[in-house]
Amino acid sequence: MGNNILLGHGSGGKLSHKLIKELFFTYFDNPILKLQTDSALLTLERSTIAFTTDSYVVDPLFFSGGNIGKLAVCGTINDIAVSGAIPQYISASFIIEEGFSLKELERIVSSMAHEAKKAGVLIVTGDTKVVNKGQCDKLFINTSGIGILDDKYKSISTGETIQAGDKIIINGSIGDHGMSIMAARNFGNFKTEIKTDCASLNHMIKEILDTKCLVKFMRDATRGGIATILCELTESKNIGIEIDESTVAVNENVCGMCELLGFDPFYIANEGKIILIASAKDADRIVDVMRRNEFGRTSAIIGEVVNNHHGKAVLKTGIGGKRIIDMLADEQLPRIC
Amino acid sequence: MQYIDEYRNKELANRLIEKISSLTSKEMFFMEVCGGHTWAIQKFGIPSLLPEKIKLLSGPGCPVCVTSKKFIDQAVAYSRLNDVIITTYGDLIRVPGSTSSLNEEKSNGADIRIVYSILEALQIAKDNPSKKIVFLGIGFETTAPGSAAGIINAAKEKVTNFFLFSSHKIMPPALAALIDEGVTINGYIAPGHVSTITGSHIYDDIPEKYGVGCVVSGFEPVDILQSIYMLVKQVYDNKFKVEIQYKRVVKPEGNVKAQKIMNEVFSFRDDWWRGFGILKNSGLGVNERYHDFDAERMIPVDVEETIEEKGCICGEILKGLKTPGQCKLFATVCTSATPVGACMVSHEGACNAYYRFNK
Repeated sequence: MGNNILLGHGSGGKLSHKLIKELFFTYFDNPILKLQTDSALLTLERSTIAFTTDSYVVDPLFFSGGNIGKLAVCGTINDIAVSGAIPQYISASFIIEEGFSLKELERIVSSMAHEAKKAGVLIVTGDTKVVNKGQCDKLFINTSGIGILDDKYKSISTGETIQAGDKIIINGSIGDHGMSIMAARNFGNFKTEIKTDCASLNHMIKEILDTKCLVKFMRDATRGGIATILCELTESKNIGIEIDESTVAVNENVCGMCELLGFDPFYIANEGKIILIASAKDADRIVDVMRRNEFGRTSAIIGEVVNNHHGKAVLKTGIGGKRIIDMLADEQLPRIC
Repeated sequence: MQYIDEYRNKELANRLIEKISSLTSKEMFFMEVCGGHTWAIQKFGIPSLLPEKIKLLSGPGCPVCVTSKKFIDQAVAYSRLNDVIITTYGDLIRVPGSTSSLNEEKSNGADIRIVYSILEALQIAKDNPSKKIVFLGIGFETTAPGSAAGIINAAKEKVTNFFLFSSHKIMPPALAALIDEGVTINGYIAPGHVSTITGSHIYDDIPEKYGVGCVVSGFEPVDILQSIYMLVKQVYDNKFKVEIQYKRVVKPEGNVKAQKIMNEVFSFRDDWWRGFGILKNSGLGVNERYHDFDAERMIPVDVEETIEEKGCICGEILKGLKTPGQCKLFATVCTSATPVGACMVSHEGACNAYYRFNK
């Protein structure tokens, strides 16, 4: 197939077909994709579906614990799963810069296939475009996905049943993804190995929902970190939230890098963390179930919904002081996902 | 995390708060001079823990906040020159100039790069010999030695396309001006980073002349609480002096080597401060010996006329005469997403810290 991507690989002609057959079909192997129809024809068990899309422009493409492909698959799976739906099918579109290494593309595609298989979803349709050198930065990927939703979980994505007294839970440490990207960029000449937390959380989420515990809200804490989700939630639902800083885990190397660079881990992107809100009586049980999953070993209750300061998230700081958590005013770290 | 957790220890903090409370019987005003302290005080929620009678005022120690609009306008003008690459610390990017900002110029295609050290900027100069690299030097004695070291390195390595546009300032004239202007405070929480370079001697005449104590403080919550306790104790004992709380870093004589480097490259000049106007010998300009590296001298540029914003009381806030909440623009027209004054832009600015953590 040669070493590099050529403009012809996106032409729709022979080279395109060769790339699709030898690379994408090999890795994304499934009967729906192989029919090569213009649209993937899908039959679903239920009438309500969750449908989402996301584009990935992360720089660099490879970082400790992941790459743009893994991110593109996990990100879309998580967006579906946190809505309470079971992710089923994914599309994958590639915008590739002329001259991009085929070997690197293969590494990326192979990890997408691996991640999709692990999560139990099929990549059923896709597209490839090649642009002239300099017209995009190496590789951008868009993935869309659909999942089937049991109607009883419809309120999870809107959070309409949240009420005072509910507990706020997270499945582990914050800030790992953002800082792994900064480390991979050799930012400030740091020599540190921070691993991304990028992971598909659909299995863990299914385990939680299978307990029949009352889950009132879930969202994955990607760009803008957990602070952004908490602010969005308090504003849109006009509820008060109080978070206890001492219960929020931050890995030592992430903490160190944040301290040195002046970042607040509450605003740093995660790619494998969800904020979950549940009724107080179910919270401990949910944490137990999460901790049994490999992506939730250090899950914890970090705060609760309160009946005052409506519209605001308040942080109880480590020394016992109180202050507001506000939304970021500007881009903190560009091209993080 | 070691060396952090110890200074964020809840028990220690509680003990200090108890000690502060036990000595507090009358109203006391302390000014944290440094923007880093303003940020830390708000971030850790310290005001919510102090007795109500103790009020903390923010001072003029945020470099971005006291920088003149004219400086931003001139930086914008440089950025519009085709052969110039602007290198800067990130804080300055969003500061509004008279009609534009560096952020806006960047989106229009100007080559503006954020660096974490002047040495990164020097490397950019070496990598782009056909361009003029202008480094925007802002900050007090904390960052001035770094800028000076960058210039000395550029001279040694014979880099001829590297220029410093200096807005560096020194702290003592502002501290004196504050009291001269009638700001009534009972003590200064003196800047830890500035003092690391200058030493604590620069404050020696403040207790004598003005009867106000100075405690050089670190930046962690326990540091700040201990410094407040030391100031409260001075008021209680009615004995005002210069003390160093931040002993693990600051020495009375400071960092002599850094002072030498600064003196080699800079000379004092009168400088304009937001809120104060011109303060005599408060600015640091590149001296004759290194004038080949002085952007102001080497790169002629037309700068638009400065337009000051109306209604913004940044000046009074920087002097501790007013608090952000007393500004009509605060949290209405002026927010962290749409800053009017510089105090709302920099995360060390009083308005930004109040807005972010208290609004």
